Amino acid sequence: MALEDIYTELIGEHSRNPEHKHALEGATCTLKGHNPSCGDEITLQIIVKDGKVADAAFTGVGCAISQASTDIMIDLIKGKTVEEAKTLAHKFIGMIKREITDEAELEDLDDALALQNVSNMPARVKCAVLAWHTLDDALSDTKK
Amino acid sequence: MADAIQKDFPLLHHTMNGKHIVYLDNGATTQKPDQVIRSICDYYGGCNANPHRGAYALSVEATEIYENARRRTAAFIKAKRPEEIIFTKNATEALNLVAYSYGFHNIKKGDEILITISEHHSNLVPWQAIAKHVGAKLQYIYLQEDGNLSEEDIKKKLTERTKLVAVTQVSNVLGLKNDLKPIIERAHKMGAVVVVDGSQSVAHMAVNVTELDCDFFAFSGHKMLSPMGIGVLYGRYEILDRMPPFLMGGDMIEYVQEQDTTFAELPAKFEAGTQNVGGAAGLTAAIDYLEKVSFDRVEEIEKELVDYALPKLKELPYVELIGCDSKRHNKTGIIAFNIKDVHPHDVASILDAEGVAIRAGHHCAQPLHRYLGLNASCRASFYLYNTKEDIDRWIEALKKVRGVLGFGA
Repeated sequence: MALEDIYTELIGEHSRNPEHKHALEGATCTLKGHNPSCGDEITLQIIVKDGKVADAAFTGVGCAISQASTDIMIDLIKGKTVEEAKTLAHKFIGMIKREITDEAELEDLDDALALQNVSNMPARVKCAVLAWHTLDDALSDTKK
Repeated sequence: MADAIQKDFPLLHHTMNGKHIVYLDNGATTQKPDQVIRSICDYYGGCNANPHRGAYALSVEATEIYENARRRTAAFIKAKRPEEIIFTKNATEALNLVAYSYGFHNIKKGDEILITISEHHSNLVPWQAIAKHVGAKLQYIYLQEDGNLSEEDIKKKLTERTKLVAVTQVSNVLGLKNDLKPIIERAHKMGAVVVVDGSQSVAHMAVNVTELDCDFFAFSGHKMLSPMGIGVLYGRYEILDRMPPFLMGGDMIEYVQEQDTTFAELPAKFEAGTQNVGGAAGLTAAIDYLEKVSFDRVEEIEKELVDYALPKLKELPYVELIGCDSKRHNKTGIIAFNIKDVHPHDVASILDAEGVAIRAGHHCAQPLHRYLGLNASCRASFYLYNTKEDIDRWIEALKKVRGVLGFGA
């Protein structure tokens, strides 16, 4: 596994300058995600309006992979319905765990496909999926 | 000399990601020499039986191997008698034994437990639990600017209210050796017992528990060339003798009635169930190996490596060293650092691709990282088989890190 297959330009760009890394006023849902073994910690904030993700942002600390993954995820889910966003989260986690390999099925992950190679790096899988698990939990909570 | 030592460690001749491995995570666990690996094979291949039980030659032989390991360990750390050596599965279990069997019964509401902010979670979380359970107060010794323990805190917080002091001999993050003698003397004057975590010291320097005069001393075998699953608790005989058992079951009893049991003498009282005899055989072989090389030589090798690495690291403006401000007299072969703008996990992954193994994260010392204002750090830790070439490979790999993530040099 070559490093440039993991640390691609897109991931570098999102980790150095995460567009969505800020506090979000009026969030309808705030949830913390944590990898206790490495100390990665993100707080995901979402505004759900009329069943759609109207806005989302995050704060916290973590490695390039977790930061880029979170930023790309927010790009992707903004404007999607809660159900669509949850489906994307499951799809992303399935991709990283290599449970979903069908390219056509993964197509709508769009830029998040750039993280697919992390599935070849077992030590970093949890960095990539942290935000998506947090999203899944956050959206499940809002439904209740 | 370095070649002669390297030759003994089969794993060091392997590759990682297509490159000859540079193993710099000795603070987490060390590699094992052929002599240790062979001793475990020899035990299981030629002497395996349940010790202390069978009235047949093989069991007697297994018992002898196990009890010999106890005698060798006692001599290794200069304990007065072999009964003061309790085998556990690691330092964590040894420290929990003290927390549960001593702490629970001797620390009362309103008493104080004193530990340091640089403790590994294994010498911190158990004391937190005991303090909460009995209603005692958990106090911390913080650090001076240079990373050493605050002498002011020691004076201020080690008082007659203190019933137990738990302190590491060497910090697993900062790599600084603590001056334990004055702490132990003061603790005894105040009527407190002292528990020393020797996990990061016992493989790297000569330890003398009698001279140190500590009450308990815990370490893991796997951090000193031995297999995983064998650890040691040293305890002062008079104290161990008064403590109730930790785990109950076979081999730790005298008479078992339907409603009552009397317990075996030391050390059997603290060794319930079938023990790790293969691990004990490995520990003996590791002690033999280390004594043959000598701790003077081990310390010399590690000092040479740190002296070689530090100036090279200081040349790199983006390397932030942690715990390296101290005068060099008490620095061991552990160097913690960060690379500007880059998370330690990314550093470790990039080094991994270059065949270099280091640790990244909080190294089981979250309170210390929080105290230092860090989220995480990288750690390189050296041992007797590391070479200057290893340091060169590590530093060359470090130079690539920022570029991979798209930062300028």
